[in-house]
Amino acid sequence: MAQATTDKPAARPSDALSNETLLKWLYDMQLIRDFEARTMQAYQQAKIGGFCHIYSGQEASAVGCTAAVEHKDPIVLAYRDHGHALARGMHPAACMAEMFGKLAGCAKGKGGSMHMFDRPNYLFGGHGIVGAQTPLGTGLAFAERYKWEVLETGPKRVCLCFLGDGAIDQGAFHEAKNLASLYGIPVIYVIENNGYSMGTAIHRHTANHDRLTMRGEAYGIKSIEIDGLDIRNVYDKMKVLVDECRDLQRPGFVDLKTYRYQGHSMSDPQKYRTKEEVDEFKSQDSIANLLDYLMRDENDGGRGCITEDEWKAMQKEIKEIVMDALEFAENAADPDPETELTTDTYAYPMKNLSPSDTYSHGAKNPLL
Amino acid sequence: MTTAYTPDLSKITSEIHPAIGHWELPTFVAEHELPSRDGDRVIQFREALREAMSEEMRRDKTVFLIGEEVAEYNGAYKVSQGMLDEFGPKRIIDSPISENGFAGMCIGAAMNGLKPIVEFMSWSFSLVAADPILNNAPKMLYMSGGQWGCPIVFRGNDGAGGQLGSTHSWCVEGLYANVPGLKMAIPSNPYDAKGLLKTAIRDPDPVFFLESERMLGDKAHVPEEEYYIPFGRARKAREGDAVTLVSWGRPVHFCMDAAERLAEDGIECEVLDMRTIRPLDIDSIIESVQKTNRVVIVDQSWPFGGVSSETMAQICETCFDWLDHQPVRVNTRDVPTPYAKGLEAAYLPNADRIAEAVHKVIAATT
Repeated sequence: MAQATTDKPAARPSDALSNETLLKWLYDMQLIRDFEARTMQAYQQAKIGGFCHIYSGQEASAVGCTAAVEHKDPIVLAYRDHGHALARGMHPAACMAEMFGKLAGCAKGKGGSMHMFDRPNYLFGGHGIVGAQTPLGTGLAFAERYKWEVLETGPKRVCLCFLGDGAIDQGAFHEAKNLASLYGIPVIYVIENNGYSMGTAIHRHTANHDRLTMRGEAYGIKSIEIDGLDIRNVYDKMKVLVDECRDLQRPGFVDLKTYRYQGHSMSDPQKYRTKEEVDEFKSQDSIANLLDYLMRDENDGGRGCITEDEWKAMQKEIKEIVMDALEFAENAADPDPETELTTDTYAYPMKNLSPSDTYSHGAKNPLL
Repeated sequence: MTTAYTPDLSKITSEIHPAIGHWELPTFVAEHELPSRDGDRVIQFREALREAMSEEMRRDKTVFLIGEEVAEYNGAYKVSQGMLDEFGPKRIIDSPISENGFAGMCIGAAMNGLKPIVEFMSWSFSLVAADPILNNAPKMLYMSGGQWGCPIVFRGNDGAGGQLGSTHSWCVEGLYANVPGLKMAIPSNPYDAKGLLKTAIRDPDPVFFLESERMLGDKAHVPEEEYYIPFGRARKAREGDAVTLVSWGRPVHFCMDAAERLAEDGIECEVLDMRTIRPLDIDSIIESVQKTNRVVIVDQSWPFGGVSSETMAQICETCFDWLDHQPVRVNTRDVPTPYAKGLEAAYLPNADRIAEAVHKVIAATT
């Protein structure tokens, strides 16, 4: 029997989402953009120390991918992590206070910019060693499958494990992919491919750079490419993959093509790329792209759900929130070395663990 | 839209850090309340390890064992023999030869509510997993500001296994014990192996559990009942008043041999089996040194920046005035582990070298 046919184009998963959801995306992307602008200022004023990696330009990735999973699905990533933390729902003040090294920061000032952890939001950390988070993400997903299959205490879950294109060359990642495919582990490796491994362009750091999906397929992992500058596209493709990986309890691999507007870190003079290249990507900006769609009339293929004035009001509200976060971070208390230096070292401290220090538990994490 | 951020920074009062969730500690008893070390039920070291793991896996379904050849091969050294039959392939898991990958994976699993036991066929192979086991597991609790801990056990053979050459004969305790955030246990006998491994599995922190290929066949009485040996309490393996021999793991046996030989010359050695390196029971060392006023440390790893140096430093810091002679140590010789039988024997600490060190200390102080 012939199946019913239709001339309509296949529905995009994002078409089914409400205007409120898409407006929230816009809000979150702008929040990240504004937050990162203030982060750079604070860094230049030496209020933030250490290494600091700015996410501006890549917002559609964090917001779009996060939207494609459930809140309790674990997420883990590398050190360019402020955007994902905010997209996952971390309070901007907790994120900023962490970078300021304050006790009220998400890691009590012990982690810093590269180590954003948020347990209530199932964000299992930014991690500083390139590629090190890929076995961890595999393990987070392994535990979810174990809970579902062996303990019979949980639903099927999927873990999102983000990494940069620089991490794809690490041995740990190859081992992680092999294990994930071998054991049937529902982890999706999202390569946020911004074209640079620090200052080394992708064609100079990895073989077959234009066919990264081969790196997933080689391990029997469903592998797709995504244009990561269009958030609706990110969501559409990710949603399908997430649903499949969740259902089949299999890993996934995503080459998500994106671009960072700032240098690798705050200390990067960016001699390896041209201003024209940066401008070219800025002309395809993901926030402008989504805003255009949301402003355009429904008859014109848009949503018509936000006006110019409402957008300005949204930007203003976000600006205030970010300024509040800065003010909070500025005024928050430093961790006291007397009480906080040695805490959180051992979950079960005991005598004689150290010749110089005794351990205790200290202050509760502000997010818990 | 965003509500005010009002963090609660009150003090944590629980014994176990809340970062690792609900956790039940076993009941620890004093040394003399532990089941008797004498009895008829004699089993091998490897069987004692298996019994510890099996008991804990029956008790707690979140515990699983992973490693190379642990399942279908029944364990490269037969430690996990029969466990696949009892627990099935979802909990006794053969891994590819991929230490970096599966060690890291298990750290993620430990953060997310499971209690993995990771078997390294040899601790020598753990070197390719150095980043996850040193950079992630012991630091997770601290780095996350007390949001996630890492309850995991890494275990396997440590030290020269017998003519395996230098890459396969690592004693990792000197390297790894340097890192805060981890605990380290090194049993010397089957009885302690069972009691310490059970404690390791029940501990909410990452525990590095170092066994020895050369001792897996050692037999001794091991009680069938459950018992937990607390970390940080040394065992007095022999009473004596002339000199304190401090050791852990396999060299404890060399110390006992030397002590017996020395007793024939009227020199009574006190032998302390430290059982755990981190925590290190310096209190028991101090108590013994106050009696003997002399100490020899026997360590089967290298001397430079190792556990013997640490022990010496702590002795000097805590009971210097009680010493009649500077602390002396007997280590492996400071070279890569050789292959030839005679060279390897000369490389390792042994009863001869220990007895010589004791004679030297005694001669200089009497």
